[in-house]
Amino acid sequence: MMEKRNVHYTVNGEFIERFVEPNALLINVLRDGLHLTGAKYCCGTGQCGGCTVLVNGEPILSCLTLAVAVDGANILTIEGVAEPDGTLDPIQEAFLDNAAIQCGYCTPGMVLMAKDLLNKNPSPSEDQIREHIKGNLCRCTGYHRIVQAIKMCRE
Amino acid sequence: MTSTEYIKPSDLSDLRHVMEEYKARATVIAGGTNLIPEMRNGERSPELFIDISDMTELSFIRENNGSIAIGAATTIAEVASSPVLLDSSPILASAAKQLGNPLTRNRATLGGNLANASPCADTAPPLLALDASVEILSPGGKTRQVPLSKFFHGYKFTDLVKGEILSGITFPKPNASTKGSHTKIGLRNAASICVASIAVILDMDGKTCRKARVAAGSVAPIPMRAYRVEKLLEGKEINATLLDECMAVLKEEISPISDIRGSLEYRSYVTAMILKRNIKRALK
Repeated sequence: MMEKRNVHYTVNGEFIERFVEPNALLINVLRDGLHLTGAKYCCGTGQCGGCTVLVNGEPILSCLTLAVAVDGANILTIEGVAEPDGTLDPIQEAFLDNAAIQCGYCTPGMVLMAKDLLNKNPSPSEDQIREHIKGNLCRCTGYHRIVQAIKMCRE
Repeated sequence: MTSTEYIKPSDLSDLRHVMEEYKARATVIAGGTNLIPEMRNGERSPELFIDISDMTELSFIRENNGSIAIGAATTIAEVASSPVLLDSSPILASAAKQLGNPLTRNRATLGGNLANASPCADTAPPLLALDASVEILSPGGKTRQVPLSKFFHGYKFTDLVKGEILSGITFPKPNASTKGSHTKIGLRNAASICVASIAVILDMDGKTCRKARVAAGSVAPIPMRAYRVEKLLEGKEINATLLDECMAVLKEEISPISDIRGSLEYRSYVTAMILKRNIKRALK
């Protein structure tokens, strides 16, 4: 008998309460429960970074995290990165300016990792940028333009 | 995935209580970076999760009376960046830095890396070389210490019995005459699974090796100590002839397999080669 559990989060600034199964993954709660489909359920094994979200300010893989395990957390997904009026974050602008997007599948994870890096280190070196996005795979751009975009956001 | 229940103990005494009550059914989860892919593949279907990921009592890195203690729920990211570890045992911090990718390191824990008992566990060879012990909470409120070299019994099989939980890792702080080195061979730089690894700790008296600890990963069913190589090094002056002998003995001591990441022959060759390089690097 699977007993659902009550969880609450602050997702992109909004208080959310849900009943979830104990083995539900955070990615599924975000995508199917809250219709926040920016984070992607891709490899499911922690190798691609497509499901990246920030939980209490730290980037994690939402496909390897139980929804109940982060009960009470403050969660930021790609949907919460732009201003509520639609004004893009400087990182998103830089991705557009540098054509750092092709299919867009990895972009939510890349943008969140860039945001996390710049929060912690406002002027990272190229090596530090490449190190920080090591867990996020992009099969289109060859990474060069993504790295360029993040470089443009340095202080 | 099938699962029925989830418990998040509030503190250590609560943890002991739930482990005792549910021992036959309990599956401990911390970061979940091994467990959830295994569940996804249908290899495991836990009935009851005991989640220790938020237990502050199991998340610490302390130096005390010449000994280093690390809580089992300490994340790999914390191990990789800990000033205490970077200073006292950089081979452990460096191995942690090479585990998975920044995202997995934020959730994966040191206790989980060991309790999962994979032969490619990145933190195991440095901890074996550091003479680490694991602390295990047993039912009945008891605690036992097991040397890490006796903790791994076989592929994904450890000394832990139902109802027990790996709660921490301790090792003596290496003294000033001790030198260490570590290498992990992977197929790429990011998110790589270890093909072969070597960790070396040498306690030197001038040119003579007083004490040697050599450990290897991904070349046997368990992360292993190379006892014969250690014995060969101890009490001797380290020179080119001795290094060649060490390489030959290591090749006999390990039992690698061929898989998608490397052949038996390659693993054997590269492990001996990185042994030599690491001894040399430690002596520099």
